[in-house]
Amino acid sequence: MKRLIVSPSPHVHSGDSVKKNMYGVVIAMIPALAASVWFFGIGALVVTLTSVLACVLFEHLIQRFILKKPTTITDGSAIVTGILLAFNLPTNIPLALIIIGAAVAIGMGKMSFGGLGQNPFNPALVGRVFLLISYPVQMTSWPKPIDSRFSYLDAETGATPLSIMKEGLITGKPFSEVLAEVPSYLELFLGVMGGSAGEIAGVALMIGLIYMLVKKIITWHIPVAVIGSVLVFTGVLHLVDSNAYASPLFHLLTGGLLLGAIFMATDYSSSPMATSGMILYGVGIGVITVLIRVWGAYPEGISFAILIMNAFVPLIDKYMKPKHFGEKVAAKKA
Amino acid sequence: MLKTFSLGGVHPAENKLSAAKATEILPVPAEVVIPICQHIGAPGTPVVKKGDEVKVGQVIAQSSGFVSANIHSPVSGKVFKIDDILDASGYKRQAIIIKTEGDEWMADIDRSDSIRKGITLSSEEIIKRVGEAGIVGSGGATFPAHVKLSPPPGKTCEVLILNGVECEPYLTSDHRLMLEKGEEMLVGVSLLMKALFVDRAIIGIENNKQDAIEHIRKLVASYNGITVQPLKVQYPQGGEKQLIDACIGRQVPSGKLPIEVGAVVFNVGTAYAVYEAVQKNKPKIDRIVTVTGLSVKNPGNFLVRIGTPISALIEAVGGLPEDTGKVIAGGPMMGKALASLDAPVTKGTSGVLIVPEKIASRGKTEYCIRCSKCVSACPMGLSPYLLMTLAEKEIHDRAEEEKIMDCMECGSCSFTCPSNRPLLDYIRLGKGKVGQIMRSRIK
Repeated sequence: MKRLIVSPSPHVHSGDSVKKNMYGVVIAMIPALAASVWFFGIGALVVTLTSVLACVLFEHLIQRFILKKPTTITDGSAIVTGILLAFNLPTNIPLALIIIGAAVAIGMGKMSFGGLGQNPFNPALVGRVFLLISYPVQMTSWPKPIDSRFSYLDAETGATPLSIMKEGLITGKPFSEVLAEVPSYLELFLGVMGGSAGEIAGVALMIGLIYMLVKKIITWHIPVAVIGSVLVFTGVLHLVDSNAYASPLFHLLTGGLLLGAIFMATDYSSSPMATSGMILYGVGIGVITVLIRVWGAYPEGISFAILIMNAFVPLIDKYMKPKHFGEKVAAKKA
Repeated sequence: MLKTFSLGGVHPAENKLSAAKATEILPVPAEVVIPICQHIGAPGTPVVKKGDEVKVGQVIAQSSGFVSANIHSPVSGKVFKIDDILDASGYKRQAIIIKTEGDEWMADIDRSDSIRKGITLSSEEIIKRVGEAGIVGSGGATFPAHVKLSPPPGKTCEVLILNGVECEPYLTSDHRLMLEKGEEMLVGVSLLMKALFVDRAIIGIENNKQDAIEHIRKLVASYNGITVQPLKVQYPQGGEKQLIDACIGRQVPSGKLPIEVGAVVFNVGTAYAVYEAVQKNKPKIDRIVTVTGLSVKNPGNFLVRIGTPISALIEAVGGLPEDTGKVIAGGPMMGKALASLDAPVTKGTSGVLIVPEKIASRGKTEYCIRCSKCVSACPMGLSPYLLMTLAEKEIHDRAEEEKIMDCMECGSCSFTCPSNRPLLDYIRLGKGKVGQIMRSRIK
C-alpha cells in the first residue's frame, strides 16, 4: 500500500513566510527610496547601496565565520536593516561611517542577540544612534534637496525644519520669523526639505504604510498610536501657545516621525505582541519624541524614543496580554 | 455588515469542490467495523458476541454512563469478531466487526421518504429517544446529544443555535444536508426546541452558502421562532463559542459551557439525526460524508453507513489519485491524518480529504520573528507563541495561568505562522500535561 504522511492538524498553511514579510517591507520602502533618489540624487544611491551591501555582508560573515551556521542573508531582513539604516543617514555621509554604522547595526544590534527575531532593539536605530553620538558633525549636516542631486560628499548643505525650529527657539527669535524660514506644508508633505535620506517624503512613506497594511505585514496599531499621540500632544501645546509651539501638522511632516512610526517602531522583534501593548508602546514613543523635540537638547527624538520604548517591550509583553475570549462577560457578571 | 465572531480568525482557501454534488447513497459494504467509542465520554459496552445475528438499527453496544452513547448496528448480518482496531485517530480502540448479510432493518424503523412533521412526544420523551438513538454531535466533537439537552439544575436555555457554518475548507456535507433535507432538519430543530423549552432558534450559516441560506429562509417561514443568521466567512466560526458570539454577541467564559450564557448549540446534521430518531425511530447508523481533494476525479457527498472503511469512500470518487500524500478524516484545519485507509467512518466523520503530495508536508520551521500574527489569529485571545514556549520548557503553572486549556486546537496559529512553527503541536502537549495536573488537583 501507498505510504501516507501522518502529521497533526492543521494540514494547510496560509503560505505566509519570513521572506514574504521581509521583501514586502522592502517593496513598501521603494516609494520612499525613489523620493530619496529624486531629491538627493547620487548621494541617496551611494548611501543606500553601501548600507545594504555592508549589512548583508556583515550578516553573512558573522553567521558563517563566528556563529558557524548557514547564512541567513536570503531571508531579506539584512536588506531591510540596510535600507532603514541608509534612510536614517544624511546623503553626504562618508562611506567609512556607513560601513561602521552597518557593522554596529548588524553586529551589535542584531547578531549578538542571535539574529532575526531575537534583537531587543531596532538594529538600524542602534547603528544610527551609534553614529549620531560618535560623529555628531557628519550626522547633522544635511544636503539641500534637489540642489545636491549631482554631488555626494561635497553637497551643499542646509538645516532641517526641526533644527531651524530648535535653533530659532534657543536664540529667542520671534516665532513668526522662525516659521517663515521653514518650508510650506505642501513642501514638507512632498519632501522638499533637508533631512535624512529616507525620512523626508511623507507621501511616499504613507504609500508604504498603506501597502504594508493591505498586505497584512503590519497592523495599524503602532503607526497610529505613535502618530496619534504626537498629534494630540503637540496639538495641545499648540492650542496653549501657538506662538511658542509649532502646529501638530508641522511635527507630523518633519523629521523622522513618519519613517519611525511606519518602518522603525514596527520592527517585529523589538515591538510588543498584543495590540493593547502595541498601542501603549506607540503612545510611549510619541510622547518621548515630543518631549525631546520640544524640551530636549536634540531637535529630533524619534530614534531615541523608539530605542527607549524597545527596552520596555519585555515588560509590556508581560503585563499587556490580549483580551481572552469570555473575559468581557465574566467581568460583567462578577 | 455581516455578523461574525469578535476575536481572531483566519480565512483559508475555501475549496468547496463538492458543493454542487447531490448526496449519493453508497452501497452497504461487505463488512463494517464499529468502534465502541465514537463519542466523547465513556465507551459503550458491547451487548453482542461473536456469531450473533444482528439487524440494522439493533443496539450492539450500550451507553455506559451519563456521558456516553448507544451504538447500533448499521447493517444486518453476523458479528464476526470483537477486536482492537486502529481508528481514524490512530489509537487502538475496541470495535465490533460485522459481516453483512442482506439488508434487514428492525421492524419499528420507518424507512419511508415521507416527512413526518407532527410532534407528539413530550420533552422528556424526546430526550429519552435521542439518548436511545445514540445521537452525538455530528460536527466533529461528537458530544452525546442527550447530555446537552439536559441542562444542569439552575441553568436554563434561552436560545438554541444551529451550526450550519461548515467553516472547514473543502467540507460540504452540512451544506448538502441543508439543501436536501432542510425540511426534516427544521422538524429536528423544533424537536430540540421542545426538548429544551425554548421558543427561539437561530441557524447560523456562512455567506459562502447562499443557496442554503435562501432555501432554509424560505422553509423557516412556516416555523415559529426559527431564524436564519447569515455569517461572514471566517474560520473557526463553527467553534461553539465563536458561533454563539457571532449569533447573539455573548461570550462563554473560560472553562464554562454554552449554557452559562443561555445557549445550546447543535450541528444541523445533529438536528437531522434527531428528526430521524424521534419521528422515524431510526437510530444513528449512517451519515453524510464529503469525499474530496484537489486531485480527486469526482469529489462528492455520500450517505454512508457507519463502519464503512474509508477506502470504500475513496473508491467511490475514482480511487486514490497517483499524487496522494496524505488522507485526512475531517477537514484540513482540524481533521486527523490517517495512517491506514481501513479506518472506519464513525459518527463524527464529516469528510475524507485527499491531499496531493506536493502540499502534504509542512514547510521548514524557522525562528519566531515575533510578527504577532498568531496572537492576532487566535480566536480565544491567547498568545500561541508564549504557550508554545511554556509547553516546550515545561513551565506548566504559567501555561495554566495563560489559559492554555482554553485552546480548542483550531489550528489558526500554525496556519498563519510565517515561520511554520509547530505552535499547535506544542500547545497540545502542554494541554495534556496541564490537564493532568488540574485533574490530579481535584482528586
